[in-house]
Amino acid sequence: MNAPTMDVEVRKLGKVGVIDLSGEITSAAESRLMQAFAAASEENMPHVLMNFSKLNFINSSGIGLLVTLLIRARRQQVRLLACNLSDHYRQIFELTRLNEAISIFATEEEALAAVDMTLA
Amino acid sequence: MSSTSQPPHSGWAEPRERLEVDDLNPGALAINVAGMQPTGPLRGFGQLWQKTYEVKLGRISPALVIDTWKANFEQFWPRGNHFYGPLRGITPGSVAVLNLAQVGHAPPLIATGVWVIYADEDSFSFLTPQGHMFAGMITFSAFEAEGETVARIQALIRAGDPLYEVSLRLGLGHAAEDSFWQTTLKNLAAHFQQPAQATSTRLCLDPRVQWREARNLWHNAAIRTGLYYLLAPFRAAARVIGQQHG
Repeated sequence: MNAPTMDVEVRKLGKVGVIDLSGEITSAAESRLMQAFAAASEENMPHVLMNFSKLNFINSSGIGLLVTLLIRARRQQVRLLACNLSDHYRQIFELTRLNEAISIFATEEEALAAVDMTLA
Repeated sequence: MSSTSQPPHSGWAEPRERLEVDDLNPGALAINVAGMQPTGPLRGFGQLWQKTYEVKLGRISPALVIDTWKANFEQFWPRGNHFYGPLRGITPGSVAVLNLAQVGHAPPLIATGVWVIYADEDSFSFLTPQGHMFAGMITFSAFEAEGETVARIQALIRAGDPLYEVSLRLGLGHAAEDSFWQTTLKNLAAHFQQPAQATSTRLCLDPRVQWREARNLWHNAAIRTGLYYLLAPFRAAARVIGQQHG
């Protein structure tokens, strides 16, 4: 398997675990992505927000990883959100129906505001 | 909004609501594809499975493997199954018709299709339409691992409707699927004159069924293919009547 070319950073903002994705999401990113999700959702965090602002590339194996991540989130009763998707990535989400299962927001602020409304 | 993303047309198809079929081999039974909506692993009725099949191909370059696989896709399938791709080949956005389980010159038992949603030099992926046995995505890739090239088929699939789910639960569907793709990889390896030892792993990602998708039974390609043959005499009669009155 090729070396992973994706980097992740995990932040906690109140009840939201944020995963900042950068680089490329391909099959090589599996362990990093799953570890990032585990870190972002620990302590029963009810929401995990994936920030795509620094993503350079995603292939179909990468989309498969996001599907797997979504299923894992559902089983843990974690709501998965996404923000800062370019038009191109929005199209890919639409094509693969991920947009029907992951809440998409234009910015991180909008996503956090939506979560605040949910928790209110 | 981000501006640091891959450009459009970088291997991905454009989204479409329904599939269209064009420039196919005239021998194809092209039913159950045109007008159907694409599905995906989040749709479909049954449990969600991740199935991975792999074969080692020595030092053949991954790019050559994928190029060869795309160009000769049907050639590697088990006998009696046909993949009617468009003339432009396996390219993002193209739609292929599948005629499956054909014995000799008998008509196929199932006519369905796939939509190519992604293709680059390392991999290509299909999404299935409504009515297909599986709702999901299947990716064909080649990569280097431990000094060897590995060809991989990875399916992320649910049974499309309750009938197909019963087949999977009884083990028949899994056995047929596993045999199909293991044979494909063995044929691919034989093409490159490599010893064929295909491996497979099966992982249930979501054990729940999605009851809201039970209505997919309406599109079941196996049932519709059977009905297509049953109604053939009536279609022929309608044509004759139409000609007499035309």
